[in-house]
Amino acid sequence: MDLNTVLLILDSTLRLATPLLFACLAGLFSERAGVFDIGLEGKMLIAAFFSAAAAALTGNVWLGLLAGCAASMALAAIHGLASITFRGNQLISGVAINFLATGLTVLIAQDWFQQGGRTPQLEGGARFQPITLPFAETLRDVPVFGQIYYDLISGHTILVYAGFLAVPATWYVLFRTRFGLRLRAVGENPGAVDTAGVSVTGLRYGAVMICGLLCGFAGAYLSTGLSAGFVKDMSAGRGFIALAALIFAKWRPWSALGACLLFGLLDALGNRFQSIEIAGIALPVQFMQALPYILTVVILAGFVGKAIPPRAGGEAYVKER
Amino acid sequence: MQKLPTWADVVLIPVINLALAFLVSGLVILYIGENPVHALEVMVNGAMGSTRGWGYTLFFATNFIFTGLAVAVAYHASLFNIGGEGQAALGGLGVALVCLAVDWPFWWLALPFAVIGGALFGAAWAAIPAWLNAKRGSHIVITTIMFNFIASALMVYLLVNILKAPGMAPESRGFPDGTNLPTAFDVLGLFGIPFNKFAPLNVAFLVALAACWGVWVLIWRTRLGYEIRAYGKSEPAAVYAGISPVRIIMVTMLISGGLAGLMGVNAVMGEAERLTLDSVQGAGFVGIAVALMGRNHPVGVFLAAVLFGALYQGGIELEFEIPAISREMILVIQALVILFTGALDGMVRTPLERLFVSLRRKGAA
Repeated sequence: MDLNTVLLILDSTLRLATPLLFACLAGLFSERAGVFDIGLEGKMLIAAFFSAAAAALTGNVWLGLLAGCAASMALAAIHGLASITFRGNQLISGVAINFLATGLTVLIAQDWFQQGGRTPQLEGGARFQPITLPFAETLRDVPVFGQIYYDLISGHTILVYAGFLAVPATWYVLFRTRFGLRLRAVGENPGAVDTAGVSVTGLRYGAVMICGLLCGFAGAYLSTGLSAGFVKDMSAGRGFIALAALIFAKWRPWSALGACLLFGLLDALGNRFQSIEIAGIALPVQFMQALPYILTVVILAGFVGKAIPPRAGGEAYVKER
Repeated sequence: MQKLPTWADVVLIPVINLALAFLVSGLVILYIGENPVHALEVMVNGAMGSTRGWGYTLFFATNFIFTGLAVAVAYHASLFNIGGEGQAALGGLGVALVCLAVDWPFWWLALPFAVIGGALFGAAWAAIPAWLNAKRGSHIVITTIMFNFIASALMVYLLVNILKAPGMAPESRGFPDGTNLPTAFDVLGLFGIPFNKFAPLNVAFLVALAACWGVWVLIWRTRLGYEIRAYGKSEPAAVYAGISPVRIIMVTMLISGGLAGLMGVNAVMGEAERLTLDSVQGAGFVGIAVALMGRNHPVGVFLAAVLFGALYQGGIELEFEIPAISREMILVIQALVILFTGALDGMVRTPLERLFVSLRRKGAA
């Protein structure tokens, strides 16, 4: 493989990792606050649809992003209502949200556009366009460095850069602010937070809504950045890969970046090669597709470092009466 | 003191939850600009208005009974088996391998082996998550989700590379005639009862009924069932009573996976008569809704499965009759049922509990 092929694969890795990264950080906020979320997939999907739909109708991709985030946050609010206020089962609520998104997106798409559950093809201002970073053109002819800068780092949509900036931002919020300290505490020991006079409910709702917002970005990127429009089931399990990445990263932001890049790379490799030969054994493409899940199971099994979830995860907080 | 009378818990709350789910579904249909009452008529007629409708409704119900029982059995041990989808896919593979391995002369000879094949493969797919949960403490929900995806990749690989019959579609060759299960048309025809010839309802329905009975006996009439329930109620108490958590987790999940795997007998052997890529079609997830609605009791699971079978068949007719409402409407209704009966249960239960307690106080005073 020459440098060009490598750059092409890495370039597509960055693009494929972006939605995973947003969704993974979304899950990070929610689960660190003690609310399990297997509805990342659904929130991403509904955001993908409403972003594409709003962008198609208004011709403005920023309004699309706004609509996508709003839709995703509406589902997040349902999840919050079910798992925080009514103390329902968070996993079941997540399953319901995934179905709701799968059904509603196609149903509404059919009603609005009559194109068999798609939105019209997005063009021009209705899509996020690639940005050429400063000096990319001038540095283009510098061997290796210029090439890497031009081909790999420059030329992505703004959401890709936002995704990568979201990692240090998440780290800062969670580990350097009072809100972050409380948020992590509420996922480990809500009783202690409550005793300190801080609202457990408020914090958890906050975390769930941030999760909705970030899933909105993930979905919007899918339909208006990565592709040009919404198609049925376009999230294609990415929400679950993000969930896998979250566990793989042991609920830590910088590791989440690593995990998402790794899973993005697997996706990019699977797209490019039908089978890959390692040490004389041809690995089928399906194996590459299943690898994120297999790696997560291995991590969960605790053979390679143990993944310990937030202690109060999955449990509704009941104040003593 | 019990806050709610049993009838309220078993009948009233599910009915209210279901009504809420249908109410919101009606609003969705109203939003699309169609008449919800007419839509309901179409669905009920399509699902139950003819022997053809019943044939499809009960065929779908058979799938959902298996996956619903799978979720229910695991739930009694406080395990949430969300991997029915993958286990049913692998079960279908087991059934297909049995059907393809031998040139079966009679269906009644092939059926028991297909049952064993499906259950064995389904159980095997549940075994790894179960073992990881029992021995390594891995979260069973996450591992079973991961195994759904691994199963789907595995099935694509097998059907594209190994089991594929000549032709374009990634599916196995057709099963020998000796494995074709008699349909309701064949069976009822023996008694002179007319039934639609093309409806896929087949003798696997009887296997599903037997499975319901078997689960009831297992959970409420055997020592193992007692141990499963004891473990589900309180792990420390179960350990104190000498019940081994590892054994309970393993055995429960194997039974659960086996039940999900049995779905292949109906979908793969009974209907498709070959192994296809999408033999499960989301039935593994419907099982969650069915178990929730049926309160994890075989009778409840049976009733909920018939309801969901009718929903699926009615939904297909709905798309046919009212093209503005696409088939995905079923998913919306299903999501709302899961949401209201599962996650938002407390919304209905808490006020009802208050109501019953205050009524009782008045009665006492």
